[in-house]
Amino acid sequence: MASAHTAQAKTQFGYRRHPDQERSGANIAEHPVVVVGAGPVGLSLAIDLAQRGQRVVLLDDADRIGEGSRAICFSKRSLEFWDRLGVGDRMVEKGVVWSVGKIFHGASQLYQFNLLPEEGHKRPAFINLQQFYAEAYLVDRVEQLPDIDLRWRNKVIALESRNDGVALTIATPEGSYQVYASFVVACDGARSSLRQMVGAEFAGQVFEDQFLIADVKMTAAFPTERWFWFDPPFHAGRSALLHRQPDDIWRIDLQLNPDADPVAEKQPENVRPRIERMLGHDKFEFEWISLYKFQCRRMAKFIHGRVIFAGDSAHQVSPFGARGANSGLEDAENLAWKLDRVLRRASPEGLLESYHIERSAAADENIRESTRSTDFMAPVTKQEARLRQAVLSLAKDTEFGKRMVNGGRLSVPSVYDTPLSSGDRDSWRGGPRPGASMLDAPVTEPGGGSSYLTEVFIRQGTRFTLLEFGNGAAADVPEGVGSIRLGGEGGLVDAQGLAGKRYDAEPGTAYLLRPDGYVAARFRNATRPALDAALARASGLN
Amino acid sequence: MALSTSSNFAKPDDAFRAIVEAHRGLTDAQSADLDAALVLVLANHIGDLDVLREAIALAKRRTLDASQQQQQQQQ
Repeated sequence: MASAHTAQAKTQFGYRRHPDQERSGANIAEHPVVVVGAGPVGLSLAIDLAQRGQRVVLLDDADRIGEGSRAICFSKRSLEFWDRLGVGDRMVEKGVVWSVGKIFHGASQLYQFNLLPEEGHKRPAFINLQQFYAEAYLVDRVEQLPDIDLRWRNKVIALESRNDGVALTIATPEGSYQVYASFVVACDGARSSLRQMVGAEFAGQVFEDQFLIADVKMTAAFPTERWFWFDPPFHAGRSALLHRQPDDIWRIDLQLNPDADPVAEKQPENVRPRIERMLGHDKFEFEWISLYKFQCRRMAKFIHGRVIFAGDSAHQVSPFGARGANSGLEDAENLAWKLDRVLRRASPEGLLESYHIERSAAADENIRESTRSTDFMAPVTKQEARLRQAVLSLAKDTEFGKRMVNGGRLSVPSVYDTPLSSGDRDSWRGGPRPGASMLDAPVTEPGGGSSYLTEVFIRQGTRFTLLEFGNGAAADVPEGVGSIRLGGEGGLVDAQGLAGKRYDAEPGTAYLLRPDGYVAARFRNATRPALDAALARASGLN
Repeated sequence: MALSTSSNFAKPDDAFRAIVEAHRGLTDAQSADLDAALVLVLANHIGDLDVLREAIALAKRRTLDASQQQQQQQQ
């Protein structure tokens, strides 16, 4: 099969011997943090940690970026995270921007939705980008950061937990060696070997239906939208998905019968007629074909001593909803600032427990949403199929029916119910509540230049930051806390009034943002004692 | 709001009749399709998840009771 991407992004890397491999016994190298797995999650986590001043060893058992498009939908939230890591522009420039989805039943359109119907956001609802591009751009960024030590063809083969860290045995083409790590983060994917090494179970629901992914190269005039069919004329009785990627590549996802023969179905000569029926022509080439069944499951605990799990190693969902890679990236951004604080001894190790609390709840939400989508697409019982059919037919002429049609609910950031939040004491009619992620809005610099709140937050160093709507003098901000001021002398200007509206702001309103951009607390008037208390709570200090 | 199980129709026989007549002349499969759609339409009209859950629990208890009785008769 063609692999057009190799010309555009570096995907092959070499093994290199590291001085750690000469060391043994009492002389074994010690590292503050070792990240296992250089996929999107591990790479992003390593970059975030390095940008916060941590030295990171990043291990990967392969020496190349995986084939196939795999994850293709990256959410606004992920792009905002990647902006902070310095790779957002590259992803968006290469990616295909979209926000509209259409749902069809048979040959006719049932309804369409827009995931970002309002203006005034730096980033779109989604981009589509092949996972190998995302990984290649992240590797390029890693190579700019001397604090990240990326070691290809380094495979963890044994793990021994200690009170103050972990001993890892690592196999290489030149034999094995050991390192000690204060913390290990396992980003080694759904078949995580580290998860097996800590003896954790990974139970959940297995879905019997099989799905066929075909990425095809063709020039087509379809709009850049997510199209989903129930029972289309070209694939009777099942569902189908069509999605655009860069380089004239189109993702086609076809639901197959549970008893379809996986080996036969994957053969290009068997896939070709299916795609021809769908497209009505044969002018396409295959880029990638994959057949999969999926599971929805998560680890009971994301933290096992000093081994922390992030991304697919900790949780798996069905692909409908773009909740796999995006939730893994949210894991990474949630963990990075906490691990950094713990390593710098600015917060107690207990802060990490909030990573498990917040992200396991998010995993439950993602599993719930994607399970519902899957059940809707592949009803289990006769009566379930009947109810599904009733919804689809009611959707033709009722609004409630359209809203019940579930062709995938796309990833949005979770709202955390977390001990790090200080509950509201004032009254609010809107705005992101504590535990929700910050909202973007356009702002004008005092000098007249235009910017976005998410950009200003990055310039503040993605640390604890007070977002304040001016009311006379600036609030008394604790040391080490960034400050964004809208209105007032020297402040940013909310020229379109969107920031004020999105944050339900009055003069004096202030939001304390966490280093991952989530709201820790908000005040109608921020007094210093209240700020200090909220900051301590969000830092895990009480 | 709690599920109302007091009699809400001035003429309950008319309501029962309307539902029965809707099923007249239908095959079992068609009837099941009709019921599925009807349940969804009515559930949306109620628009209250707690009431819906109570209604499901009440209806389900009856089917469970019925199947238990059947089992006892068979024994």
